[in-house]
Amino acid sequence: MTAPSRAGLAGAPRAGLEAGAELPPLTLEPISRTTLALFAGASGDHNPIHIDLDVARSAGLDDVFAHGMLSMAYLGRLLTGWVPQQRLRSWRVRFAAVTPVHGRPTCTGRVVSVTDGLATIELAVTLPDGTVTLTGDAVVDLS
Amino acid sequence: MPVDARQATAYRFEPVVVTTARERLAFFAKATGQRDPVYRDLAAANAAGHPDLPIPPSFYFSLELEQPDPFGWLTALGIDLRRVLHGEQSFRYHAMAYAGDTLTLHPRIVDVAVKKGGALELLTKQTAVTRGDELIAEAVSVIVVRHPEAGA
Repeated sequence: MTAPSRAGLAGAPRAGLEAGAELPPLTLEPISRTTLALFAGASGDHNPIHIDLDVARSAGLDDVFAHGMLSMAYLGRLLTGWVPQQRLRSWRVRFAAVTPVHGRPTCTGRVVSVTDGLATIELAVTLPDGTVTLTGDAVVDLS
Repeated sequence: MPVDARQATAYRFEPVVVTTARERLAFFAKATGQRDPVYRDLAAANAAGHPDLPIPPSFYFSLELEQPDPFGWLTALGIDLRRVLHGEQSFRYHAMAYAGDTLTLHPRIVDVAVKKGGALELLTKQTAVTRGDELIAEAVSVIVVRHPEAGA
């Protein structure tokens, strides 16, 4: 298995951090049906539309799709790989498009402003075909 | 069938009282590919200054699902789960919480908005998370209910 890219110390924020700085991106493995089953159990979201092909088809879909909160959890990994979690003040995402099973998300973040020790990070999750599945932002305390 | 906004905002949720086991957080870490040992290993969490495994930032959404029928409120409001999409999610944090903490969640629907001539309805649900008297986090979910037959 290929190790996912991971924010290390080199990406840790430091004094002088400026707008435009990018967080080390996080590229995931393609989302398998096993991952969806494990995430359903681990997250407590047992909505069968994500894990049961029969239910997905009964709703007029061709296949199951990933939980939006799985991608948000990946964004959480991007953030806590960059700063300790206790520095995260708030974050929000909009789920812009569904992630099909076998989709391969990449999480990215870019500092858009630093004011009074608080950095605002613009966040996105994209698929290899360019589809943006999540957009959002987070506020991180750098002080 | 459209959602009755008055019924939705008046819907009384029972508070959810939940204590998360360390093993459950380790399972969540596994399911999300999290390799940072702070989220999987007690000794690593302790070494980073945490009393136990931290509740990870998006797991506050999962806490609310820890009840026998977590989507029962949708059913009670006449909403078909297959028509529901998660539109937006946000969190605001006031303090860290950990495996073993007993947390209480206080959900309520604060807004119902109709879009696209009734083809979409947006329910905004806000949940305060407390530990005793201490506010730990606030979560806001926007749930999209699709009514494709109502669209222009």
